[in-house]
Amino acid sequence: MAAETDGPTSSHRSVMGEPTTDGRFGDFGGRFVPETLVAACEELEAAFREAWADPAFVAEFETILRDYGGRPSPLTECRNLSSQLGVRLLVKREDLNHTGSHKINNVIGQALLAQRMGKTRLVAETGAGQHGVATATAAALLGMECKVYMGAVDVDRQALNVFRMRLLGSEVESVQSGSRTLKDAVNEALRDWVATVENTHYCLGSVMGPHPYPWMVRTFHHILGDEAAAQCKDLTGGDPDVVVACVGGGSNAAGIFSGFADGDARLVGVEPAGGAAVGRGVPGVVHGMTSYLMQDEVGQVMEAESISAGLDYPGVGPEHAYLAAIGRAEYPSVTDDEVVEAFTLMSRAEGIIPALECAHALAWIVRAAPEIQGQTVLMNLSGRGDKDVDQMMDVLGMHGIVS
Amino acid sequence: MSAAEASTRRDSFGALETHLRARRESGAKLLVPYVTGGYQGWQRAVEAAAAAGADAIEIGVPFSDPVMDGPVIQQASTAALADGATPASVLEEARELDTGVPHAVMTYYNLCHHQGHERFASALLDAGVCAAILPDLPYVEAGSWLEAAAETGLEAILLAAPTTPEHRLADLCGASRGFVYAVGLLGVTGERTALARTATEIAARCLAVTDRPVLTGVGIGSPSQAVEACEVSDGVIIGSAVVRTLMSDGPEAVGELVASYRTALDHG
Repeated sequence: MAAETDGPTSSHRSVMGEPTTDGRFGDFGGRFVPETLVAACEELEAAFREAWADPAFVAEFETILRDYGGRPSPLTECRNLSSQLGVRLLVKREDLNHTGSHKINNVIGQALLAQRMGKTRLVAETGAGQHGVATATAAALLGMECKVYMGAVDVDRQALNVFRMRLLGSEVESVQSGSRTLKDAVNEALRDWVATVENTHYCLGSVMGPHPYPWMVRTFHHILGDEAAAQCKDLTGGDPDVVVACVGGGSNAAGIFSGFADGDARLVGVEPAGGAAVGRGVPGVVHGMTSYLMQDEVGQVMEAESISAGLDYPGVGPEHAYLAAIGRAEYPSVTDDEVVEAFTLMSRAEGIIPALECAHALAWIVRAAPEIQGQTVLMNLSGRGDKDVDQMMDVLGMHGIVS
Repeated sequence: MSAAEASTRRDSFGALETHLRARRESGAKLLVPYVTGGYQGWQRAVEAAAAAGADAIEIGVPFSDPVMDGPVIQQASTAALADGATPASVLEEARELDTGVPHAVMTYYNLCHHQGHERFASALLDAGVCAAILPDLPYVEAGSWLEAAAETGLEAILLAAPTTPEHRLADLCGASRGFVYAVGLLGVTGERTALARTATEIAARCLAVTDRPVLTGVGIGSPSQAVEACEVSDGVIIGSAVVRTLMSDGPEAVGELVASYRTALDHG
């Protein structure tokens, strides 16, 4: 069985440790931003290092996540799906956090840090709206101004989350440029930050972007991996055989992988077929980082296409590119049809409506089940599906699954 | 440095920097208009700009995610891409230009990274372009690109921003080739109603640490703002004003616009 997991501070020899001083995980990462933002990234890195070494900051972070965010989230053994699939399926219930996903961990961390740095305003990008809602929530809690950029396509398919953000007091801007999805929302947030860097913190929503974001965001999500590792050990006596999470930018996967990367568990990050950045394996540079990137034959960034707005991203966090390159994690993809089936399956078998993002993870488990019979599988249920029911009413109605 | 060394260094300046230094020594303020390559009528706009007194031309190679550009240049880039513009097609069209002034390309780093530094630099040189600006490749990440550009003979222009710390500014200006692009304000490309105070501040900071030409760009929206910027700076880059004119009034109007900047800069 795996050794006792050490805390993040003692993980200097960890597979998922600190990046190099120039922000690299292997060949990936870096700080590819306009010169205007280089100093801001350096300032952020220094502030994060200093804050994370301050027990008072960490205590405040953990206290808010406990008393406000609802941590620790439970680990649920899915008995019905387990017997159907022939695996022992354990689910980390990030869907039960305040705001309905794992995103709250990162935004509380970044909002506290921004406040400590004297910033009064947050900007954020959002795809499905989960990160936007979480950022708007943190801004409300800490009394900060907040503006969320969301692709016009996503504004249409996630109207409820748009309303939530506005209700929470944030401004939501519908982004009309480019493909009008998550990647364009990131561009617009970066453009805002270039102009407002003196009083504004860019609260990036995934383990992507320029150094220190990939490392910092993963560190804020480490808590869910640590909890899951301890919960698995309590329940089963050790690590699971397989750890599965969906991957768009890859924050929930990074969080859960970080609890198991130094053990023997197989790590599986599931990409959407229409957004398989790692799967296609072509390196590129956009949004501040070198990573795998979906692009055409000359290097124009391609539009990702997924039923799930939260995974509709042509890139991936650089640490995932690294984990794939060294063979520590694998990144298969699943189709929208498989995802719709998994969404329905989990709802009916377990009484849990998963976010479409996490339905990707389950879709892979369903497909892989014949090969992993009898194994213990830990899946990160990173968000709840309430935000998706409106969209799924149309999808399932068309498919004739719900009559 | 000895006279011989100074002479060697002067000889090692690329075509763009040699030209800009000569123009500066003649007492001129430098004027570099930007035109989005691949946009309908862009070649005629470039030729009109050159005929109207531009000292060099910046040619935009459209990229899918132009993070340093404001709405005007984004719109032109999107339209050019929709019309089928590619890096190869824009360079092919650039090769046909006969303007009598040096050409620089401005694009985003992924197009360079994807092709490979040496091949990208060579493709530019083959198209008669002597310099490149990659606004999302900051000095701290530019090492291998600067080496590749130097080896092929392309001038790699670096950007200095109002937020660039003093400890980096001298190295950055020293490593830049062609000129130093002083970003005039905190923000993306686009015209503003007034010249930002940061525009003259950053130009002065650059000029204090380099004798390389320093051109101010981003946020210059009128001839009078150009004149104000040039009270400190060696010259200006005008982008959104040019592209907006190209999109609304066509390439000939670009010539008139550039002429108005030229006249203002020459006569104060």
